[in-house]
This record gives sequence, C-alpha cells and structure tokens, in this order.
Amino acid sequence: MPKVTIDGRTIEVPEGTTILQAARMVGPEVAPPAMCYYTKLNTSGGYCRTCIVKVAQGSEKDPRPMPKPVPSCRTMVMDGMVVENETSPEIVEARKGVVEFLLANHPLDCPVCDQAGECHLQDLSYEHGSAKSRYEFDRRTFDKIDIGPYVQLHMTRCIMCYRCVKVAEQITDGRVHGVINRGDHAEISTYVEQAIDNDFSGNVIDVCPVGALTDKTFRFKSRVWFTKPVDAHRDCTTCSGKVVLWYQGEEVLRVTGRKDQWGEVEEFICNECRFEKKKTSDWTIEGVRTIDRHSVISQGKYARDLEIPAHTKKKLIK
Amino acid sequence: MGKKLLLEHDNVPGIQGYDVYRQMGGYASVEKALKTMNPNAVVEEVKKSGLRGRGGAGFPTGMKWSFLAKPDGVPRHLVCNADESEPGTFKDRYLMSRIPHLLVEGMITSSFALGANTSYIYIRGEYYYIVRILEKAIAEAYAHGWLGKNILGTGYNLDLYVQVGGGAYICGEETALLESLEGKRGNPRIKPPFPAVKGLWERPTVVNNVETIAAVVPIVNNGGDAYAAIGVGKSTGTKLISASGHLNKPGVYEIELGLPVEEFIYSEEYCGGIRNGRELKAVVAGGSSVPILPKHLILNTAAGEPRLMSYESLADGGFVTGTMMGSGGFIAMDDTTSIVKNLYTFTRFYHHESCGQCSPCREGTAWMEKVLHKILDGHGTLADVDLLWDLQKNIEGKTICPLGEAAAWPVAAAIRHFRTEFEEFVKNPTRIKDVKHYYRLNNLPEPVM
Repeated sequence: MPKVTIDGRTIEVPEGTTILQAARMVGPEVAPPAMCYYTKLNTSGGYCRTCIVKVAQGSEKDPRPMPKPVPSCRTMVMDGMVVENETSPEIVEARKGVVEFLLANHPLDCPVCDQAGECHLQDLSYEHGSAKSRYEFDRRTFDKIDIGPYVQLHMTRCIMCYRCVKVAEQITDGRVHGVINRGDHAEISTYVEQAIDNDFSGNVIDVCPVGALTDKTFRFKSRVWFTKPVDAHRDCTTCSGKVVLWYQGEEVLRVTGRKDQWGEVEEFICNECRFEKKKTSDWTIEGVRTIDRHSVISQGKYARDLEIPAHTKKKLIK
Repeated sequence: MGKKLLLEHDNVPGIQGYDVYRQMGGYASVEKALKTMNPNAVVEEVKKSGLRGRGGAGFPTGMKWSFLAKPDGVPRHLVCNADESEPGTFKDRYLMSRIPHLLVEGMITSSFALGANTSYIYIRGEYYYIVRILEKAIAEAYAHGWLGKNILGTGYNLDLYVQVGGGAYICGEETALLESLEGKRGNPRIKPPFPAVKGLWERPTVVNNVETIAAVVPIVNNGGDAYAAIGVGKSTGTKLISASGHLNKPGVYEIELGLPVEEFIYSEEYCGGIRNGRELKAVVAGGSSVPILPKHLILNTAAGEPRLMSYESLADGGFVTGTMMGSGGFIAMDDTTSIVKNLYTFTRFYHHESCGQCSPCREGTAWMEKVLHKILDGHGTLADVDLLWDLQKNIEGKTICPLGEAAAWPVAAAIRHFRTEFEEFVKNPTRIKDVKHYYRLNNLPEPVM
C-alpha cells in the first residue's frame, strides 16, 4: 500500500486513493477544502481549484516535484509522495487567489440566502479568503428559474461546480439539465426551462455547495441555525429512507440527506421523502443529530454535555 | 533561399487536384512506408528526425507516438488537430487549402505507423470551405486506392473522416477536441489519463497538428536523418510561420529553423521589413498566447546574441527576457501600436473563448478584460496595473488546460516589458479619452466623426 506524507504526517492508504481522500483520512486539519469534489459522484472534482496542493516529491521512484500545483481531488497518491498543503506558503497564497475568483461574481446576499449557515463558500471564504474583494465591476446576474415543482435555481449564486450535473447524469435517469454557454456566461440550465421530473432530482439541492439550488418548500421559512436537526427514517420503497428532519418547534420545515463531516450526504434520498413527508407521524425518530462544532448550525445547541463551572454549580444548587 | 519541404510545390498550378499532386511525387511516402517498412520503422524514422509538435507545445512527435498504449484488441486512433484558432496563426489553413493531399498523405502514413484503422481530421467550423477541399481530396484518395480496404494490396485498411467543429478555440486543446469529436460539449478533460492511454472513446489516441502530420511525408521520403540535418540543435526541419501585422509582406513562409529573427523580418526573401519604413516596436513570436517581446529582446537575446527562429533560442531567458516558438503566429507591431489596446484585444478573445470549467480561468479572464477596459477608458489607477499582475499570477498554472496560461502570459509580458505604457494610460486620462490623439501622434489625417 502506498505511503504518502501530507503536511509532515505520513499515512498508508489503499492503491488508487486520491490525495484529498488520504488527507481526509489523516484529519480535517490537513484536508484541503473542496467545493466541487463529491465522493459519491464519479468524475466530480477538478473544476473549482480550491483543493490544489503542492507535490514536493512525486514518488519514491521518481522524486521530482510536480511543476504546477495539482488538484488533490483528482490526483492519485504514489508511494513515497510528499504533499504540502497548509505548510506551503505559495499554496496558501494561490488558494486565496482562487477564493477571490470564486467570490468575484458571487452576490453578497448571505443575509437573505437560504444556504447561509451551511454554505461551503461561506466557510471557504472565512477560512481561506481575504476580508476585502478587489472586484469592483457589476456581477453577472440571472433570473431565477423554477426547475420542477420543488427546486429553484438561482444561477447568480452558482459557482459552476458541476455537482448537480453529475447528479443528473449518475443518480437520475434521463438527464434533462446541463451547462449551456461558455466562460463566465456559462450557466446551469434546462435550456427550455423544462421541468426536472424524476424521483431523485431533489438531491441537486443537497449537493449544491452554495445557495444556487434551493428547496422551494423551505425557501424563506427560517434560517438553518434556528432549526433543530433530528435523525429519522421511514420505510421507503425508492430510497434508504434515512434522513435528517429540521424542526422548528413542532413543525418539520425541511428534510435533507444525512451529511457527514465533509458536507457530503451519506445516502441520496428520494423526492417523496424530501418534499412530501413533512409530518412527525411519517417518520421514526432516532435522536438528535450531532452537528460539527465549527458549523454555525451548532449555535445555541448542545452537542455535548455541559461542563458547568464549579462556582456556578454552587449557586445553582443553592 | 531556404530549403522547402512542405511548400515545395506550392506554386505548381493544379496542385490541389490529385493528378498534379501525384505527378509531383505525391503519395510516395505511403508507397514507401506500406511496402518497404513496418510501422515501428516509421516511428523510428520520425524519432530520428527530431520532429517536434508544430501546434504550439513543441513536444517531440516520435516520443509522443512511442507513448501510445497498444493493448490487444483495442482499436487505436489518429486525430489531426486542424482546429487552428490562435489569433495570428493561419499556417494550417494555407497548407490545407493549397495542398490538401499533403495532409491526406501524411494521415495515411502516420496512421500506418500508429496502427490506426480509423482516423479523423477535426477542423474548425470557420474553415467550412476547406472542408469541401479536404473532402474532395479524400474522395480522390479513395478513388485511387490510397484509402479504404486493403491499401496497395498490403492488407492495411484505413478510413479517414473530416469532422467539422463548432468554431470554439477551446476545441483546439487536445482533450476538448476529443470530447467534441465524441459529440459532447468541448470541455478539456482532467489529465491523467492522457489521450495516449485513454483518448477518443477511451481508446489510445494520438492528436497531432496539421503541420506535424504533413512533415511526416518528407521524413519518410528522405529519411529521418536528412530531416534532422536541417535546422539547428534540437529544432530540426522546417516550420511554417504565419507572419502578420505591420510588415511589408505578411503571409505564410516556410523557414528552416535557426533563421535569425532579424533576417526573417527585414530580408526581401521573407517579410521585407516594417510597413512604411517605420520602426519595429514589439513582436509576438508564436501566436497571441506567447509573451510579447520588445524590439531589443526579439532581435537579440538578453546575452546579446542574435535570436534565432528556433524552439530554444526563442525560449532563451525564460519568460523574463524570452518567449516561445508556439504555433508560429508571428505578429510584428510598429511604433504606432498601443500595447495596452493590443493586450485588451487578446484578453477579450480569451475571455470569450474560456470554456468556464475551472474557476481561475472563467472568472480571471473576464476580470482581466474588465480591468483593461477600465484602463483603456481612462478610468484606471496604478493599483489596477498591480491588480492585473496579481490576476495573471493567480491564473497561471492553476487551470485544467493551457487556456488559462495562454490568457495569463500575454498580460504578464505586456506589463513586464511595457509597464510605462500602462502608466501613461493611467496618468493621462484626458489624453486617452481624446480619440483623435492617436491620429495626431502619427501624423495621420483626423477622421470625420
């Protein structure tokens, strides 16, 4: 099995593992951010360029460094490879540049965007971007399009990660949407605004890293950090039926797939589960979903036992 | 007079047709290769010749051919890249429209060397009139038994097709070309796997430029060593240069590699000097994507030696004081040219042609165009020039395909060598806004507006 060293930490991984996957195995502190790569979608990745890393040593056999930064999501590890991510100042600088490009045409409408709070671009720009943008021109804008009865596409926010195109290609049958036009005019579209109508089309909402594809049954109902995530399942004939219910009070505001530490769903769910089963009685509740501490969704929620300081405890007991 | 290999019979009347072409010794390389050589021997000759890819990158062709994977039972393909869209390059157009049979002959010989039984010529949509010329030539070749089943009774079969592209610059990138040929959106693939392993329909594929394939004909006819004897160092053979811009005699010239740049510009045999006896200001030596060089650096290297038209000499000094051979689109500019305006034109082109797959190129090319437009409009600041520099640096080397770099290099070189001109634009906004200024500066009659 090839051994790879990422930011000074060595790990042995199976043949055919990408640098990004190896880095995720090492831990989140060395894992490069990824906006377009999605483990469960074939041929995804390589577009956004945020996961670029420097390969300081190609392999044991051929120790030459790679001449350019490589996308870690699409580059396989070789035995003896040495990868620099956060430890390389040029990569940190280059990533800052990429984030600036991604934000160049992205609107600053987080306060009214439904994705805010679970948006990967927000996290990315907070962690790797700079506070100010040097872009001073008009941003590209598009009209909102309804694709199907449940999904709204707001291209203005899109960062062209191609994840939803891969979902359409690989999860649903009869792909009806793709990319039209070229360069910075390129857009995700159904071309003639044909409705996306199949059982798994709702997954495009889960894979969208930004607020370009949103759930019309949830739009403007609440903010994600005001809702309470609960694991639940039901017997579904089309999908696994394992979902997260997002409660506000007694009401289920939305249903999503279960997302892991990297923001990727564990299993894709069907439209019936996602859009039509919005009563507690439809579901078997499993328990509270643990949310990663770095996410804003964990605000005001206790994901662990509270350690109450001793002096406060005394007061409380009194 | 330099030796000519490709354009030797250029001026023979009727060379476009089969009969004249055959009389002039056409299809001899096919006869020689198929009857007296085996495929490996042809590859060896090409290796010996030192032929380098004429499309821009200059990768040794023999090496590329020997990298082709040969798994059992899997067909292989040869694809000719005739999607010539680089601003300033028009050599393939000339070659294909004048001597179409040379390309057909080269395709047959090269396909034989690679063991390909189905080959394609992918031509850009704007060259629709050449499609008819090529299809006529292919039909003639079929009629005379040079294509089809059992060619020359040797049992070798080859079918050759012309596929017309939609007219996108990005489809000249080899993997985007293959995607387009498969009928998909012309987006470059992420490498590896390289086309030599998984190319057209996941089969091993070689993609070569028109001129590279045409050059295989004289290599097989005269032998690799004879070809290698022409030229200088690792730049062997002849190269078609499409000269344009402020020259007395712009056009397509076949030169022996190693010709001094000064001789190419000023001698009567080639470009015949600068238009109206003016002073040369700058040269883009290999198509719009290579770095622009000012007069003193294009005529002589930084070390003071005369610069030659060869891969090594043009690249001497890296990108700081050198440039690249590229595809041979030689654009000369005289002292009336505004480098900033010229750069804007180039950048606008790359913005228009960016495929939009990866973010640095998609957003970066558009941003650079907007900044340049702002400077041209007289609203620029010195910070904008620095911003341009940062943007090109953030694009270069971080994209899927070389289009990002092709967009970044001209910006980098223009700022590196002509920064004062950018500052001139920024510091004199009122004069920049005065459109008649250009005419007064060059003693031209002012236009009626």
